Amino acid sequence: MTDSATREGPAGATYRGEALAIEFRHVTKRYPGQDAPAIDDLSLTVPPGETCCLVGPSGGGKTTAMKLVNRLIEPTSGDILIGGHSVLTYDVTTLRRDIGYVIQQVGLFPHMTIGANIGTIPRLLGWDKERIAERTGRLLDLVRLDRSYAKRYPAQLSGGQQQRIGLARALAADPPVMLMDEPFGALDPITRAEIQDEFLSLENEIRKTVIFVTHDIDEAIKMGDKIAVLRPGGKLAQYGSADELLGDPVDDFVADFVGADRGLKRLSLRSVGELADPGREAPPGAPSVVAGTSLRVGLSVLLAQGAEVLGVTKEGRPAGAVTLAEIREAAGS
Amino acid sequence: MNLPAQGPVIPDFGNTSGCKANETFCWDWFADHWDRFAAELVQHVWVSAIAIVIGLAIALPAALLAYRLPRFETPAVVFSTILYTVPVLGFFLLMIPVTGIGLLTIEIALVGYTLLLLFRNTVTGLRSVPPEVRAAALGMGLTPGQILVRITFPLALPAVMAGLRVVTVTTISLATLAAYIAPYGLGQSILFYIGNTFISGLISAGVLAILLALVADALIVGLTKLVTPWARARRGGA
Repeated sequence: MTDSATREGPAGATYRGEALAIEFRHVTKRYPGQDAPAIDDLSLTVPPGETCCLVGPSGGGKTTAMKLVNRLIEPTSGDILIGGHSVLTYDVTTLRRDIGYVIQQVGLFPHMTIGANIGTIPRLLGWDKERIAERTGRLLDLVRLDRSYAKRYPAQLSGGQQQRIGLARALAADPPVMLMDEPFGALDPITRAEIQDEFLSLENEIRKTVIFVTHDIDEAIKMGDKIAVLRPGGKLAQYGSADELLGDPVDDFVADFVGADRGLKRLSLRSVGELADPGREAPPGAPSVVAGTSLRVGLSVLLAQGAEVLGVTKEGRPAGAVTLAEIREAAGS
Repeated sequence: MNLPAQGPVIPDFGNTSGCKANETFCWDWFADHWDRFAAELVQHVWVSAIAIVIGLAIALPAALLAYRLPRFETPAVVFSTILYTVPVLGFFLLMIPVTGIGLLTIEIALVGYTLLLLFRNTVTGLRSVPPEVRAAALGMGLTPGQILVRITFPLALPAVMAGLRVVTVTTISLATLAAYIAPYGLGQSILFYIGNTFISGLISAGVLAILLALVADALIVGLTKLVTPWARARRGGA
């Protein structure tokens, strides 16, 4: 297995396009001349097709952990496996071409057109021109930019458009794995929310295993199927779903990091429809919201109206009710 | 013989002519002597072009080396600055004992003047490549060689071309002094006619040298636009 893997990347010829699991196995990174390791015995597995957000304060080693995957940084000990194969057995260039890479500063090539930027890796992989052009067009559709953008230069695009192209370029060769280093960190809040939403819906279509580095816990909650909290010194503090982290932080560090408002954040993860008892009827005059509303908004409505029970409607018809006590319970651990 | 009333006829160094000594520019004389000027012009182009090409052939690899090994930069700058600072005529005279009287001496001197600008501009251009562009290229899986050829060097081109532009004009102008050493280029006519009261010869050679510099400059500007179409692309523009 490993013999052929040294020549072929993790995607290989047959795997390309399929999501593969990423597994960190007791990975430690120690820089010469530094006492404390940057990454300390990190073990975690990102299941195929899931997004894992690496969060933590500066110095937590989240970017280092990410760069270990495409070997921009080599581990001191331990191993990282993509689809069950150690990244250390691959030729480094081949490995990187099979991993989509998106960085905060985008780093589009200013002297190449958008089309040429997106087609960079397919060109190096020896695709023919027609296939590259067809792929570029499809990717522009995917990131919701007009196909005419292919002929423009990066300097002619806004920041948000540039990062969309950065995303398209990373997806060009249909890699099974994506690494994203604070990809939306430089965008204004409105553009960021927009592109986050687009990436979420795009992820449903493309199903990639994604490692997403961010310092923003709210972004991690929004984007991640799983969240890994790293503490200074590169130790994994907690790894789990957003709900687990918010509902059951393992220690004060994680509790502090996810924020004192973690109860409220947890409420934004679930809708009133999930919690509503369909058999219960809201008393007359009780406020009501549609089932898709988050518990957080539901709570806000209850508080604003001084009510104890919130009616829930689905497609215009009553669909049960939620009590303030139930919401309080959902917020707690 | 019919002498014009305005002044003596220019003997034209053996040939008769209709031009007058105090005439500013005599087109007939210029037309008669076009062959000589054309030959010198062609020579001038060659003398300059050889120097520029050799200058590029030395400065570009040296700049790449300095970009990779910063240790190398200071000695290279000192060396090329010294070459650049020596007065050109002094340079010619210094070189004669070593390389003799001829084209070799001329080219060595001219190349010496191209190095500093070409080297420094190229290094500056290579360094001006945004770090995130190289980081993205590396992370995507381009090899260091591919990054240099496909990313770094193309992005350094505007700076290289800006240096080339100045160097070309400078070399064409310095090449007029080459005739002090050996009979090459428009400098021959300039030297030959400079003491003469009939100034058409001096004007012809001088204006041709200036025109050559202007044309070369325009060509390089055009070439720059051709090889760096992206440099003018800005938001809103096309």
